[in-house]
Amino acid sequence: MIRSELIQKIADENPHLYQRDVDRIVSTILDEITDAMANGNRVELRGFGAFSVKKRDPRVGRNPRTGEAVTVEEKHVPFFKTGKLLRDRLNGK
Amino acid sequence: MADKTLTRMDLAEAVHKEVGLSRNDSADLVESVLRHISDALVRGETVKISSFGTFSVREKAARVGRNPKTGEEVPIHPRRVLTFRSSHLMKDRVAAGNKG
Repeated sequence: MIRSELIQKIADENPHLYQRDVDRIVSTILDEITDAMANGNRVELRGFGAFSVKKRDPRVGRNPRTGEAVTVEEKHVPFFKTGKLLRDRLNGK
Repeated sequence: MADKTLTRMDLAEAVHKEVGLSRNDSADLVESVLRHISDALVRGETVKISSFGTFSVREKAARVGRNPKTGEEVPIHPRRVLTFRSSHLMKDRVAAGNKG
C-alpha cells in the first residue's frame, strides 16, 4: 500500500469529505509525528507502536573506497517500536 | 531535548486545528489511518508512505533461544516482525532538529 492508496481508502469511508481534505488530514497526522521527533519528543500510539529518537554516539568511520579514517559526528535518528497488539495481530493472535 | 510524549489525542488536535473538523471526527480519522496501515501489514503488505517512511513485514525463521537467567534452551517459533525504515526527509529533519 502506498500513500495515495491509503488516502483513497479513507476518502471512500468518508464520502462527506473532499479528497483534497483527506489528503491534508493524512499529511497533518504524519507531519505531526515527524515534527514531534524533530523536537526531540516521542509519539506513543497504543496498540500500533511508538516513534522515538535514538542518539548515535560519535565514532570513527572509514571511507570504504579509500580506507581513510573519518570522524562521524553524533547524530539523532528516528526509531519505531511495534506495539504489542499489532505484533500479536501480525502473528495471527 | 524536549522529552514530551505525544498521543493519539495530540494528533487529533493537530487535525482539528489544521482542517477545522470536530475533535471527535479528527480522532476517528487518526484511528482510521492507523487501522488501514495495520490492516495492510497484517495482510502481509508493505506500506510505503512517501516522505514519511516504509513499514515492512519480515519473516523470522525458527531458532533456539536461551533463557538468559536460567541458561535453559527454549525454541523460538517462526514469527513475523515489523520494521520501519524512515524516509530521507524524516531522517534529515530529525537529525537537524536534535542537533547540538
